[in-house]
Amino acid sequence: MSVALNSMQEIFDRMEKSGKEFWEIVLETDIDERQVTREESLAKMLYTWQAMQDAADQYTGQRRSVSGLVGGDGLKMRQHAKRGVALSGNYVSEVIAEALSMAESNACMCRIVAAPTAGACGVLPAVLLPLWARGEITQKDLLEALYVASGIGAVVAYRASISGAAGGCQAEIGTASAMAAGALVAVRGGDGAAIGHAVAMALKNLMGLVCDPVAGLVEVPCVKRNVIGAVNAVTAADMALAGIESKIPVDEVIDAMGEVGRRMPVEFRETALGGLAATPTGRVLKEQAAATRNAKARG
Amino acid sequence: MLDIFDILGPIMVGPSSSHTAGAVRIGSMARTLLDDEPVRAKIYLHGSFAETAQGHGTDRALVSGLLGMKPDDNRIPFAFEEAEKAGLEFTIEEIELKEAHPNTAVLKLWGKSGKTLTIQASSTGGGRIMVNRLDGINVNFNGNYNTLVIHNQDNRGHIADVTAALSIAQVNVASMSLHRNKRGGDALMIIETDQPVPEAVRELLSRLPGILKLTYYDKTREEADECGVKFYAGDFRSDGEIR
Repeated sequence: MSVALNSMQEIFDRMEKSGKEFWEIVLETDIDERQVTREESLAKMLYTWQAMQDAADQYTGQRRSVSGLVGGDGLKMRQHAKRGVALSGNYVSEVIAEALSMAESNACMCRIVAAPTAGACGVLPAVLLPLWARGEITQKDLLEALYVASGIGAVVAYRASISGAAGGCQAEIGTASAMAAGALVAVRGGDGAAIGHAVAMALKNLMGLVCDPVAGLVEVPCVKRNVIGAVNAVTAADMALAGIESKIPVDEVIDAMGEVGRRMPVEFRETALGGLAATPTGRVLKEQAAATRNAKARG
Repeated sequence: MLDIFDILGPIMVGPSSSHTAGAVRIGSMARTLLDDEPVRAKIYLHGSFAETAQGHGTDRALVSGLLGMKPDDNRIPFAFEEAEKAGLEFTIEEIELKEAHPNTAVLKLWGKSGKTLTIQASSTGGGRIMVNRLDGINVNFNGNYNTLVIHNQDNRGHIADVTAALSIAQVNVASMSLHRNKRGGDALMIIETDQPVPEAVRELLSRLPGILKLTYYDKTREEADECGVKFYAGDFRSDGEIR
């Protein structure tokens, strides 16, 4: 009987009882839930990883979204990173570039992997791809990291939310960040406790982040928020690997995030009625988008 | 418990799993249940589907699904051109529905061999959908299972015939719901099964007296298409571990 992915603690308990690693316990849940073999589960995870790589590979920086609001920033950052002058240093500047590129690809109707949502698709691949590109991790490490990430996301989806409409951006980018933080700790050999602390710290540091998409599109500020999700995961993972611990246990942090989301005014939950969406420029952009739509409908 | 591949997935064309990926699945479900090559479609968008139709490519996503594309098909942004190539004529309008989910579409379809279908379905998030109405009858299924949609005359015996055939074929029924628009009129049986329903069984069922129409949504084939072809056997050792 596999665990139910309803709490991180349940996974930790099972790790202690069985001596198995976090990723393996998540793999077992997939075998049970979808009634597949171990190989079938691994194959699907591999396919998913390929899709992330393909998405990163096909980015050129030339496409623009339908609204014209986003496109090309991933390329700018990549070029900046290559010049070796970025304050963030090599790894993090590559993480920023990948996060921007993936999120732009999403906005430009390219093929991506929702992780856990399309709007946050840039976060998890951004932290893993640069490590993979440098040969610092094996495909096996990667797949294990992806199982860890998916298990974390499943727990958050159960206890809190992974949708901006229900929980704000802290539920989408925040969850993606927590998934990425856990994945990074796993990749660096951190134990269950360290994974838990990384997840807790990642969520805590994005607590309260609102969902205020300009013109209701997954473009502004969504593309750039993938950057904070990715970079926040790196800092949370580094802290956890340094032995730094979250004072509040991870399941309680997840629950708190859920509570904050439920109490968030509807203006900040993907309705494009508040925050950046309601700025003077935000309103102008919304009107422009509506005008284009009406013109097309009439024409 | 959630499917972990709902968390790491769907693999899709962006930007939105509810307004794009879910819309493709709605179009695709409509095509499947029409059971014909669609040549004409009237598409009506309700609520936030209508508002973000263009920006999120909902319009193109629905057409892509009608053309048989999957949510991760790279041709989705070019759906209108593909429709022209395939000979699919379509219109897209806004509609106001009472009490419908904010991401709902109604599709009226005409097929090449004369079949028709009217379907109302919602995109409920994360690429998931819910079919609300079929040919004027309220239903409620989400395409997470293999699904038999049987249109029959509302008189006695048909349910028993269908369940008997499935039982003999050793197909386990996960859920079954019955719907009709009025007593003695037409009725719909929606049967969700664990195993796929073999073609021979579907053939038999469709020929039974009182069964007016049978269509079938094959979930297992949809999933197998995803990775069956891409199973990189060389990446696994004999003990099942990744190389």
